[in-house]
Amino acid sequence: MTPDEWTAVRLSLLIATTATLCSLPFGIAIAWLLARGRFWGKSLLDTLVHLPLILPPVVTGYLLLLSFGRRGPIGGFLAEEFGIVFSFRWTGAALACAVMGFPLLVRAVRLSIEAVDQRLEAAAGTLGAHPLWVFATITLPLCLPGIIAGAILAFAKSMGEFGATITFVSNIPGETQTLPTLIYTLTQVPGGDAAAMRLTLVSIAISMLALLGSELLAKRIGARRQTA
Amino acid sequence: MSLEVDVDHRRGAFRLQARFTAAPGLTALFGRSGSGKTSLVNIVGGLIRPDRGRVAIDGQPLVDTDRGVFVPAHRRRIGYVFQDSRLFPHLSVRRNLLYGHWFARGAGGATADLGTVIELLGIGHLLDRHPDSLSGGEKQRVAIGRALLARPRLVLMDEPLASLDEARRAEILPFIERLRDEAGVPILYVSHSVAEVARLATTVVIMAEGRITAVGPVQDILPMADAADGGAMLEARIVRHDERFQLSVLESAAGELQVPSLDAPVGAPVRAYIRARDVMLSLQRPEDISALNVLAGRIASITPTATAQADIRLDCNGAILMARLTAKSVDRLALVPGRPVYAVVKSVSFERS
Repeated sequence: MTPDEWTAVRLSLLIATTATLCSLPFGIAIAWLLARGRFWGKSLLDTLVHLPLILPPVVTGYLLLLSFGRRGPIGGFLAEEFGIVFSFRWTGAALACAVMGFPLLVRAVRLSIEAVDQRLEAAAGTLGAHPLWVFATITLPLCLPGIIAGAILAFAKSMGEFGATITFVSNIPGETQTLPTLIYTLTQVPGGDAAAMRLTLVSIAISMLALLGSELLAKRIGARRQTA
Repeated sequence: MSLEVDVDHRRGAFRLQARFTAAPGLTALFGRSGSGKTSLVNIVGGLIRPDRGRVAIDGQPLVDTDRGVFVPAHRRRIGYVFQDSRLFPHLSVRRNLLYGHWFARGAGGATADLGTVIELLGIGHLLDRHPDSLSGGEKQRVAIGRALLARPRLVLMDEPLASLDEARRAEILPFIERLRDEAGVPILYVSHSVAEVARLATTVVIMAEGRITAVGPVQDILPMADAADGGAMLEARIVRHDERFQLSVLESAAGELQVPSLDAPVGAPVRAYIRARDVMLSLQRPEDISALNVLAGRIASITPTATAQADIRLDCNGAILMARLTAKSVDRLALVPGRPVYAVVKSVSFERS
């Protein structure tokens, strides 16, 4: 593999990992709100979260560009106040991936939170645990398999994200060129087939490893619960 | 400790209106399912917020809707043993036990350390196991220990034995008795079993359709509680064990009783609960009958019931005994208040006290 290809692989892993880890706390919070909250506008929030799943990725990317671009209302504010820039940076690619993977993450976590027996939470409350503690020591550990599944889904989605990324942060080698965008570029130039094939295999390998890893992790959690 | 409850709560068509004060010891909330026992306990535990009313421990309000007081469950320090134990499946028995212990550090109330509780409940060998691998009885013992270790000011038990079979029940009852007698924690105990209440309760609160119909010491209240069948409780004491026939001989105000061997030392106090339908009456002392227990008494009152039967209240040397006969038998024997009779007791539920 050429250095450019390695760079794209590294960048993809960095972007996907960042996107997954950064969206995890928000994803869990939103999932909890949707699973347990009773508030006005809940279905609106639900729809909003699911929007990236049903919109064309290009549209999501364009909306990100409009709002998080250098001249966008949010992007401008973040750049001026905190010096955080998204447009045409790998951080922007991570943001695009996080947004695209968010519905998958929230869905998986929400289902697992809904499956947690609320009577156990009530029991923890009677033992003196503050609701936040109950969440940290009972709810969270019990829905860990769902969180892992959601994180893996979000990670896999990030590894493959194309439309929103290329629309929002373009396809700059060394900065925003990820595995899928590089493969796309290679298929557009003569003689790029071999390299595209190599990267395709790498892509498949990473996805399978991620899936395998999550299975192992889920099994270990299950086993610990049985025997420990 | 004193617990005062005076609440009014509506849920759909069901209305719970309850007012009682629980003294130290074990207070049994007794009633059919659907009578509002669990709702009442949940209000005390802070799992339900009542529409109106007041709940206070030692004068300290936990709920007072007039003054806008509502102490959340996690700050009440009221232990709760649920019918379905509710052990945390991802934690070992040890960590389940210690879950509430940590939050209660520095708090007063009944002191309970792990060693004492393990010894009290006999769960030392379970510490490293996981809840999945425990039997129903073991789970309930761990759940009781977990509640105790949170140093509660009051322990609520919502039919803790209901999901267990007879053998497992017999396994746990002594632990609850020890809890009542040794740990000194007041207990509010929900049950619809006369046997459990007879054995455990100090005070009985009877509920029906969301209201409290009677409150008082167990001896006075239980016969009313067992309204469907009727019955009476005798305070007795074991005087000797008959090894040959595997019997225990008891002495009560009403006379001597012979019962299947009890697992208690000579001299131990026992409560004998005798159901009204298990008592026959005879005008002469019956000879040559299979029943071992015949008590002499005098008819105190006769109350006809709706179903061509009558409840006869007997005074046996100061102790009260109930008998249920058909109206025809009453007529045939010409039973009237004041008449001396012999009560043949067919069977006795014996409860150690």
